[in-house]
Amino acid sequence: MNRHTLSVLVENKPGVLARVAGLFSRRGFNIESLAVGPTEVTEVSRMTIVVAVDELPLEQVTKQLNKLINVIKIVELEPAISVQRELLLVKVRADATVRSQVLETVQLFRAKVVDVAPEALTVEATGTTDKLTALLRMLEPYGIREMVKSGMVAVGRGPRSITAAAVR
Amino acid sequence: MTTATPRSAPVPGPPKPTPPPARPVPQASRAAGEPTTGPISVTGAQSLVHSLEAVGCEAVFGIPGGTILPAYDPLLDSTTVRHVLVRHEQGAGHAATGYAQATGKVGVCMATSGPGATNLVTPIADAYMDSVPLVAITGQQSRALIGTDAFQEADITGITLPITKHNMLVTDPIDIPRAIAEAFHLASTGRPGPVLVDIPKDVLQEQTTFSWPPEMKLPGYRPTTRPHGKQIREAARLIAASRRPVLYVGGGVIKAAADAELRVLAELTGAPVVTTLMARGAFPDSHPQHVGMPGMHGTVTAVAAMQKADLLVALGARFDDRVTGQLSTFAPDAAIVHADIDPAEISKNRRADVPIVGDCKEVLVDLIDAVRNEQSEAGGRPDLSAWWRQLDGLRETFPLGYDWPADGMLSPEYVIERIGAIAGPDAVYTAGVGQHQMWAAQFIRYEKPRSWINSGGLGTMGFAVPAAMGAKLGLPDTTVWCIDGDGCFQMTNQELATCAIENIPIKVAVINNGNLGMVRQWQNLFYSQRYSNTDLGTHKHRIPDFKLLAEAMGCVGLRCESRDKVDEVINQAMAINDRTVVIDFVVGADAQVWPMVAAGKSNDEVKTALGIRPLFDDDDAVTGLVIDHTDKLGGPSAHGNSEGER
Repeated sequence: MNRHTLSVLVENKPGVLARVAGLFSRRGFNIESLAVGPTEVTEVSRMTIVVAVDELPLEQVTKQLNKLINVIKIVELEPAISVQRELLLVKVRADATVRSQVLETVQLFRAKVVDVAPEALTVEATGTTDKLTALLRMLEPYGIREMVKSGMVAVGRGPRSITAAAVR
Repeated sequence: MTTATPRSAPVPGPPKPTPPPARPVPQASRAAGEPTTGPISVTGAQSLVHSLEAVGCEAVFGIPGGTILPAYDPLLDSTTVRHVLVRHEQGAGHAATGYAQATGKVGVCMATSGPGATNLVTPIADAYMDSVPLVAITGQQSRALIGTDAFQEADITGITLPITKHNMLVTDPIDIPRAIAEAFHLASTGRPGPVLVDIPKDVLQEQTTFSWPPEMKLPGYRPTTRPHGKQIREAARLIAASRRPVLYVGGGVIKAAADAELRVLAELTGAPVVTTLMARGAFPDSHPQHVGMPGMHGTVTAVAAMQKADLLVALGARFDDRVTGQLSTFAPDAAIVHADIDPAEISKNRRADVPIVGDCKEVLVDLIDAVRNEQSEAGGRPDLSAWWRQLDGLRETFPLGYDWPADGMLSPEYVIERIGAIAGPDAVYTAGVGQHQMWAAQFIRYEKPRSWINSGGLGTMGFAVPAAMGAKLGLPDTTVWCIDGDGCFQMTNQELATCAIENIPIKVAVINNGNLGMVRQWQNLFYSQRYSNTDLGTHKHRIPDFKLLAEAMGCVGLRCESRDKVDEVINQAMAINDRTVVIDFVVGADAQVWPMVAAGKSNDEVKTALGIRPLFDDDDAVTGLVIDHTDKLGGPSAHGNSEGER
């Protein structure tokens, strides 16, 4: 099964998230991640949904999503022609003995430290799923006390806007 | 379900909007063409009733209660909207469906919050499965109380999320006209379906303004009705090249009012036609090209035609498991042309070689042209005579039929066949779910669309009586027969009281075999004749006595137990047109529905009767007939008990 990134433009109305999430679960599809937020158009929200399915079920889930009245447009964003990012906040055990090593890793990944305590650092990093996975692998030996990841957000490369065409 | 809220004195009514024309144009387009009204100052409840009037709603089936109470007050003054007070909200929902299926208009039901709304869940799910244009209006607790587990509060928009085409909670009375216009538009256009509008009590009570037509805001709703020309040409090419085509007709043809176009295409191509359970009547049963209903209880010819076809042209059908049987062995040699208004149906179950998204009527019109072009280029249509020889052989060898019960009891098939023969093709027939439904689909001859109304997708027992009531209300000059089973009838017969009091005279034939017949049939075939909890006692104890029950409900009660009285009692019922008539047909318990493809089995395994299995592996199905007396039909694979006890 391949991972697919769907950008879904929806009406900014109460209950739309429940409609989308409910559709995935009742049709038997698993959401890997889902991020939702406002767009440049106030009445429109944008969901970025990462789903692991084969080609044929992907077609079916897209068609079913399109049937939801509040869904305005669906675009699949291929990794090659889009920018895809996740945000990671991770609290790493880092007392004085290892702090400099942890900081070196943070710098290597162009991440930054956003909070410091005597025995731990909180690191903020953005990037692709692969990059964040690699960073976590490097930090793991020091001891990860807590971590949180946003869902993926993505935007197509080039000058074209998917919202402009959908909302006239 | 009322609270102690006193009924307020009627508010001096604002000027009524212009009453809708007697013959309403399709409701969806009304919002734009309607004479404008307002803005006028009204309550939310008045705005709701004005909106229903403006959208052309003629009938509402419902029951009042605490939160919907404000809406019932202005409803009392409406001269164009008739409210039918039902006995149970499920009856309201199925009646609205019967009305919609019989007339093609939007059916409307109304209920209060909480239990009133949840009682609508079954008919809403039913309408969703069968793509019925239905608008359900429910009261909701006042805005401030929502989310507090208030009295009779239920999250009905949440509950009906997966079983509605769309639903909405109206939180501002100014939005009521738009919500109603959108609900009717969504319900009746594209692939039709149920739409629920939930309105809090204080929104109905608040002062607001009403104006019509409202502006609809549906940026994400653009159903495709015009088919793609390239796909149409490709379909026509396949049709022109096919030597074993089948037109696989579903309920979408009836919804698109495309029966005339279907007939033109059928006669142009000369192809055999099968009509699914939802499409009975879309193509005349008397037409020589009609080979019957396909599927689990379809005719051998229809099932075989699909299995042997080199091309299936699916029109408004959805490759339901009851039609395809085991999907992997369904119509193995057929190329698939699949036309449907809902793109999600195409290639959902069976991959389409030529997908066509569009309204069936427009698809058929374009397809007829394209096939004509292909035929004139090829100098005629392909020779289907070998195909027809094969099918005619099957038709002759395996016609639909039935045996009389060995115990001398009345044959249920005969009763249903006679009702169809006496009431004729101009009547409307509704059915519940089970054996009687299948026999009614098999043994009544349908000639016209919208003359057969049943619960296909959801299989809702208890559908028939309220659906017949709704159909009769929509078509007062048409004879409406409700073919029901004794199990189904006991689920919703309370609506007989509604029929009696509201003067909606239907004719009910209770095919009383004393059992949950279809379940009993499966117990007979797959569970070693162990009849667990299927005997209703309606034979053994005559409880209830359906004749007396009918009379208690203000209807005429009749009973028939012998063959020589069948025509007489049907004619007696046909002669009574001012009251609802219920006939208790006491029939044999052992009659079974045949042919049958066991659930999950291949259509190649279709059996015309127990142990009689036409073999489709051979080129000539007729000579390949195998009579296997040891065979036990083979149980549903999930149960794994095909080896029944001898």
